Amino acid sequence: MVTLSGIVAQILAIVVALALAPLLTGWVNQWRAWLQNRSAPSLLQPYRMLHKLFNKESVLAESASPLFRIAPYIVFACMALVCGIAPTLSTDLPLATAADAIALVGLFALARVFISLAAMDIGTSFGSLGARREMLIGFLAEPALLMVLFSASLITQSTSLANIVQTIAHQPFAIYPSLAVAGVAFTFVALAENARIPVDNPATHLELTMIHEALILEYSGRHLALIEWAASLKLLAYSCIGLALFLPWGIASADTPLAMLIALPVLIAKLAVGGIVLALIETINAKMRLFRVPEFLATAFLLAVIALLVHVLLGA
Amino acid sequence: MEALSLVLGIPLVGGLLLAIWGGGRAGQDLNAVVSFLTLAAAAWLTADVIRDGPLLVWGEWFFLDALNVFLVTLTAFVGFTTSLFSRPYMRIEVDHGKMTPGRMRLFHSMYQLFNCMMLVALTTNNMGILWVAMEAATLTTVLLVSVYRTAASLEAAWKYFILCGVGIAQALFGTILLYLAAERAIGGGDNALLWTHLAEAKHLLDPRILSLAFVFLLLGYGTKIGLVPVHNWLPDAHAEGPTPISAVLSGLLLNVALYAVLRCKVLADGALQNGLPGQMMIGFGLVTVVAAAFFLSRQRDVKRMFAYSSIEHMGIMTFAFGIGGPVANFAGLLHMTVHALIKSAIFFAVGHATQKAGSQLMEDIRGLIKVSPTVGWGLMLGTLAILGMPPFGVFASEFLILTTAMRELPWATPFLLIALGVAFAAIFSKVQPMVFGETSVRPLAHSPALLPVFIHLGLGLMLGLYIPPYLNDWYQQAARMIAGG
Amino acid sequence: MDALLAQSINLFAVVLLVLAFAMIAQRRILTLIHLFTLQGAALVAATLVVAYLTGQHHLYWSAAITFVLKVVLIPILLHRVINRLNVRWDVETLFNIPTTMLIGIVLVIFAFNLAAPIASLSASVASGTLGIALACVLLSFLMMIVRAKAVPQVIGFLSMENGLFFAATAATSGMPMIVELGIAFDVLVGILILGVFMFQIREQFDSLDIRHLEKLKDE
Repeated sequence: MVTLSGIVAQILAIVVALALAPLLTGWVNQWRAWLQNRSAPSLLQPYRMLHKLFNKESVLAESASPLFRIAPYIVFACMALVCGIAPTLSTDLPLATAADAIALVGLFALARVFISLAAMDIGTSFGSLGARREMLIGFLAEPALLMVLFSASLITQSTSLANIVQTIAHQPFAIYPSLAVAGVAFTFVALAENARIPVDNPATHLELTMIHEALILEYSGRHLALIEWAASLKLLAYSCIGLALFLPWGIASADTPLAMLIALPVLIAKLAVGGIVLALIETINAKMRLFRVPEFLATAFLLAVIALLVHVLLGA
Repeated sequence: MEALSLVLGIPLVGGLLLAIWGGGRAGQDLNAVVSFLTLAAAAWLTADVIRDGPLLVWGEWFFLDALNVFLVTLTAFVGFTTSLFSRPYMRIEVDHGKMTPGRMRLFHSMYQLFNCMMLVALTTNNMGILWVAMEAATLTTVLLVSVYRTAASLEAAWKYFILCGVGIAQALFGTILLYLAAERAIGGGDNALLWTHLAEAKHLLDPRILSLAFVFLLLGYGTKIGLVPVHNWLPDAHAEGPTPISAVLSGLLLNVALYAVLRCKVLADGALQNGLPGQMMIGFGLVTVVAAAFFLSRQRDVKRMFAYSSIEHMGIMTFAFGIGGPVANFAGLLHMTVHALIKSAIFFAVGHATQKAGSQLMEDIRGLIKVSPTVGWGLMLGTLAILGMPPFGVFASEFLILTTAMRELPWATPFLLIALGVAFAAIFSKVQPMVFGETSVRPLAHSPALLPVFIHLGLGLMLGLYIPPYLNDWYQQAARMIAGG
Repeated sequence: MDALLAQSINLFAVVLLVLAFAMIAQRRILTLIHLFTLQGAALVAATLVVAYLTGQHHLYWSAAITFVLKVVLIPILLHRVINRLNVRWDVETLFNIPTTMLIGIVLVIFAFNLAAPIASLSASVASGTLGIALACVLLSFLMMIVRAKAVPQVIGFLSMENGLFFAATAATSGMPMIVELGIAFDVLVGILILGVFMFQIREQFDSLDIRHLEKLKDE
């Protein structure tokens, strides 16, 4: 049922996500710099970058097809929609009934397909290389992500993210070993999907190792801005899904609309801690060789399967 | 009570003493003396049990009934005769430089501890301690198998350790499941693993747990019995270790492992009431007999060949106990006895023969009878006995098993007969030229100890012709007990 | 609080299982020993929780023994062995980790199926963990099969012992003390003998690769 508070919550969730996403990226970058003993860029650096890019002219290759031009918009729309579905502040989201956890994975896949197509569209070798690597990672990460979401939905008997989070958050605290394992698997997947160390290095343009950067090499101006923003949104969405599934406390539900007032600071605090943890992971790990990545993701898949099996055995 | 403390205490103390003084010639004599004292104590214990019936000793920690007391005597007896055999055998090995005083100390000490652990395994009333003692018996023999430190013996010992370790781990899991069932039926605590308590309450044990437990116990202890397909360690350990160890492994350790399975089978039968444990043992036994017979025909190493023969005979026993019932159990027990006696006698003879020939390959051992008629005849008679020729005891027990099988499981008899035939042809055709024909072997400095060989063969012969009434009584009591009566 | 503690046993069980998988895939001998130590620590924690919940005092003792043996003594021994043998930084080439993992998953499913009907019968606080314990045992078994070096094989053997011990603690709230003492003694003696062995193998073959130990075969 769509209520007024639901609509408010929905709009607020998307607006907060759009506004906060670059901040989270900046926060992670800042902490990473500190942990690596470098002088850190400003927290607002990503906003400045977006501002700069939006004001620049967008240069297109002569051979670019319309696909190349619409891809950034599709990617950005997908990520914005994901942020609308994922329970960030409240579980009372009108949009959430439109798409469950499986559709969510589908949205990520849609974005991936378009950005890969666009990368190949120009016909440069780097684009194709990046597209191939991106698809390799996606092909392994998606099943793992699905398994993680399945083990969570087994506990709550529902595939709707909002319902899952609602159920887990509003019952007496219990230890779910399956969720613990699934959480680790989810972290692995999130690292790979967001082009983070140890799978990809977001700060490099080394042709041998880059994945995400190779995809967007041909983009400039507002297109690049949209893609960077979408990447930030993706990081935020993954963080929010992870936090909502595995540490769901503080999220508002339908019957308590005012709890959203508390939910926002709680979310920011959780994201802040999560960002530091991410920076820490990126600092203490080295980037692995590309052919090790399938193993890394297979481990994630394995953990997710163990989580599923453990749930079946222990019922918890 | 005193008798049991002596039976267990003498080899333990002896093992510790021999760890200090076991190096020289005196060590060999001390080893034989300790073994003899153990045998005397075992005889005393047996007399007690014959007089008073089943005994619970030291609270309920140890339990003696017809089944284990006869195995205790057998173990102490073969332990003693093997210590006699090992005196000249080991002297020759020292002369050849294969054994040093340090290794002799290790050998003697571990030999006694091994005996001690087997006796503990046989007499304990606690299924957990049974497991612990079995594992400890493995550990003591691992170092004995690798005592020569050659590449092959190290490999055999490593395999022995790892495979038996893995196998016995399965048995531990089975024991844990057994405890789980006992906890539900008679409550937990120290008494829940005591066999006497379990046997009283066997009808109360949960059949689902017990069936799973028995699978693990059979697989686990079956590794030690040498059941196919978990037998791989056995031929290597027999072939590469010193011959006295091959004799006690074949003659005793395998029996003790089978004893453990029998104790478990009584419990599982009581709980399940559907004959499943027996069917599993029949299956494993039959596969073992047939596979061993065919492996055996392809061997070139004499000790390996007789190791496979041991596997085959353990398969026959497992099969017999699987059929169950008083007659088959009686035959199985008889087979256990005669196999232990005759197989160790064969290993004694083989030990001397290989020392004379300087090789374990059968094509290098020729015409033993010319150099040493006693060793030659010992080997020949032992071979005939183990192949089931009348009038030796093996014939009697195999005949009983075959006739029971024909009545109870007609389809299984052809397999048994074919396997026995293949084994007969293979072993006889290989042993015959070793004993007769042109010679290639040379005499050795120390005269062989052939008394044990002929005592064993004599006993095996006697059991084929005449079973003394008290022995008959034991067997029947034990057979009834295993049948669940 | 007690309910949470009971659930934490399940958590430790899963930690044991995940560590068993990690050990199969781990290439570095040193890390393998660390993983083994961790597994021992998880085992001790689980035993302590079971001891507290069931009020079985002898379980505190067995937790103490496990701690001394599997978290302190055996890891120290293993470290000494790999130092003396100079294999501290050895990295084993493992082929087909994904296939091994798939087999592992199959084993887990098999173990869970086997234990599922029994789990409901156990009166213990952590009855469901029997399946996990069995899975750990089978996984260690798998590890021993796929490893070609002596030290990892031994670690597989020890971790199998961990799984068995966990089965005893979790499913039955502890075997009788005397039996546990005996098992601990056997494990200790076993590891000492294996240590001696590794030196002998090294001396004989100049390598700890047990592929050298495949000469004895039936032709």
